[in-house]
Amino acid sequence: MRKPTFTAWIGLAILAAYLVILIAGPHLAPFGQEDIIGSPFGDPEPGHPLGFDQNGRDMLSRLLYGGQMSIGVSLAAVLISFAVGIPMGFMAAIRGGWFDTILSRLVDTIMCVPVLISALVVLQALGSSLPVLVLTIALLDSTRVFRLSRVLAQGVGALEFAEVARLRGEGNWWLIRKEILPNVASPLVAEFGLRFCFTFLFVAGLSFLGLGVQPPFADWGGMVKDNQQAIVYGLYAPLYPAAAIAILTVGVNLVVDWMLAGRSAPQGDNR
Amino acid sequence: MSDPILRIRNLQVTAPDGRALTRGIDVDLAPGEVLGLIGESGAGKSTIGLAALGYGRGGCRISGGTVEVADRQIVPGTRRDREQVRGARVAYVAQSAAAAFNPAQRLGEQMIEAALYHGTMTRPEAEAWRDELIRVLQLPNPETFPDRYPHQVSGGQLQRAMIAMAMACRPDILVLDEPTTALDVTTQIEVLVLLRGLIRRYGTAALYITHDLAVVAQISDRIMVLRHGELVEQGTAQAILEAPQQDYTRRLVAERGAHERLAATRSPGAEILSVERLKVFYGHNQALHDVSLTLGRGETLAIVGESGSGKSTLARAIAGLPPFSQGRMRFDGAELPARFQKRSQDMLRRIQLVYQLPDVALNPRQTIAEIIGRPLQLYFGLRGKALAEGVARLLADVGLPADFAARLPGALSGGQKQRVCVARALAAQPDLIICDEVTSALDPLVAEEVLQLLARLQQERGLAYLFITHDLGVVRRIADRTLVMQKGRVVEEGPTETIFTPPWQGYTGELITSVPEMRRDWLDGLLATRGQALETAK
Repeated sequence: MRKPTFTAWIGLAILAAYLVILIAGPHLAPFGQEDIIGSPFGDPEPGHPLGFDQNGRDMLSRLLYGGQMSIGVSLAAVLISFAVGIPMGFMAAIRGGWFDTILSRLVDTIMCVPVLISALVVLQALGSSLPVLVLTIALLDSTRVFRLSRVLAQGVGALEFAEVARLRGEGNWWLIRKEILPNVASPLVAEFGLRFCFTFLFVAGLSFLGLGVQPPFADWGGMVKDNQQAIVYGLYAPLYPAAAIAILTVGVNLVVDWMLAGRSAPQGDNR
Repeated sequence: MSDPILRIRNLQVTAPDGRALTRGIDVDLAPGEVLGLIGESGAGKSTIGLAALGYGRGGCRISGGTVEVADRQIVPGTRRDREQVRGARVAYVAQSAAAAFNPAQRLGEQMIEAALYHGTMTRPEAEAWRDELIRVLQLPNPETFPDRYPHQVSGGQLQRAMIAMAMACRPDILVLDEPTTALDVTTQIEVLVLLRGLIRRYGTAALYITHDLAVVAQISDRIMVLRHGELVEQGTAQAILEAPQQDYTRRLVAERGAHERLAATRSPGAEILSVERLKVFYGHNQALHDVSLTLGRGETLAIVGESGSGKSTLARAIAGLPPFSQGRMRFDGAELPARFQKRSQDMLRRIQLVYQLPDVALNPRQTIAEIIGRPLQLYFGLRGKALAEGVARLLADVGLPADFAARLPGALSGGQKQRVCVARALAAQPDLIICDEVTSALDPLVAEEVLQLLARLQQERGLAYLFITHDLGVVRRIADRTLVMQKGRVVEEGPTETIFTPPWQGYTGELITSVPEMRRDWLDGLLATRGQALETAK
């Protein structure tokens, strides 16, 4: 891995700050997320540096609570989508034949419906509880991960060292773990970072539409929605959660850029 | 010597990591002269060729020295100077014609592009000149050839088309970078003859870059031998071939001249492999037609032929890899299933494969110890200390230092990687090793070392080799028997001595006589014996 660049350090610092929010957010919050202690859209005052939201709750505390919810949901969804997508994609590439055909066509079918529409349908039908939300996003996202890992594994699987392993009589597990995974790790890591951003925005979007995280729990997308009318009066309230989302997205992208830059030599360049 | 058309003085080229690629090279090229640049990979010969165009490849920088083309200095010089010279006065011909043409454009358009771009000719003039070149280079159907797309013509024709493209502006100098290396021996002759004719006819000077001394001897007036970016020696082609001064040059000259066998001819042991009437299909195309062969223990069978002859397909079929095949294969008395998935672990162990390109045959993320230790672990259950000892023994067997065990393949040279591949095959203690062009990607002197290694291992362990190659010089030295293939069929089979002793028959003879020899007059002699067939071929 290359030495972090200046922008990478900025990204890493941002990620570190968000990690703290994810782990310790509610403990850092001076007030509870449901406590109504001020006037709606109240201005900042001592002890309440960001002012109050539409119900008169402390904005800073809700941001800190909401971070755990928003980041936690996205992280869980992305981890599950990778846990499902990578093994499926690798198996499809190694086994080929009908196994690959059925899985790939199934994925094509799911992918041809816009993700937002699919998610809306499922969440309307099953109700928007946290497990349903996480699983829905994870499974929809795993189609993208499947596509990527399948094509990466096909590329590596066609190389001669993978052929040697097959001719040696190695099983699928060895092929995946020892021959393929180490050689496709960097694009997958990069994809993980990007996918996390997309998922984060997607959760925020769902919450904005009222199908994501349900009140009274705070989450950043929902907070933008709840406070949106304040924009009309020239107040900052909805901009704080929006900025929280934007800064995390920028931070992740800075780190991903750095990870991609070191490994972008085309395959077979040294032949 | 008349005034040189190309004058390079004290050329220094630096790689992106600061390494010097060439150190103070001087080159003089007289009008109409052909200068051969020869050396192994990393010798800096392509770097010098590109420097003649004022160009440094892939971040390499011309950090010192001067380059003058005729009366014009291009290094150091302005971008404008260089652009006016490139393609117009000095033109470049690359090794891979397939990569040099735009696949989506007709050949004719691409062949006149440079002339129109530089404005040296009007379109009708450029087209007339192109059609003349097409005739001189004896491309088929001269009237319709310009309308074709690159994928519609053969590799040899494409290579000739690229030479015509380079000639578009009637340049003073051609830089020919391994122009025939990617071609089969038989095609190489055609291109070589036509290229030589073209250069003589138009009095074009040329830098001919290659690693093959025998090829360059046929075409060049003078030769510069390079190594590690430095000049080893230079002289007339005659002098280099007949009286080389330096030890390195002597070894280069001797390498192609070597005909002594590396392995004594053995009487073959009991039959280990037999193939009967093997047919292989790729979709509707039949790649192999009723191929039969037998191989005894401790015997080497060479399979030769040009590309497309089906020799690699045969190797893969025996390894159990093709999509679909018919026919019978037996291994050590037992039926050998067509697909490797159906073969027992023990059968997989006893047949090993060594590939042409060691770069892709070794997993770049596994250490050498993991790579050659895995068969020991899988087949013989070695663990811990026994495994480490096994790896050390194998490294010693293939002549690599023991501390290589901890390295990754990226830290090894091409020849060392190929030794690791051989060690991995040996680890399985096989009876048969299929060698698929194992020396083709290596420099001549490195290839020689790998061949000697294979010969020694065979003596020690009684291995049977199936040796797939297009290099007849290698076959002659290592194979007990030879099988000649053409278009998926076996053309001839017999003891190597018999096959290589005149009188040769038909296709086999054409293959054998097409291998360049270390004599200046070899090509002329060949043309004389083959009669006018080549010169007047339409």
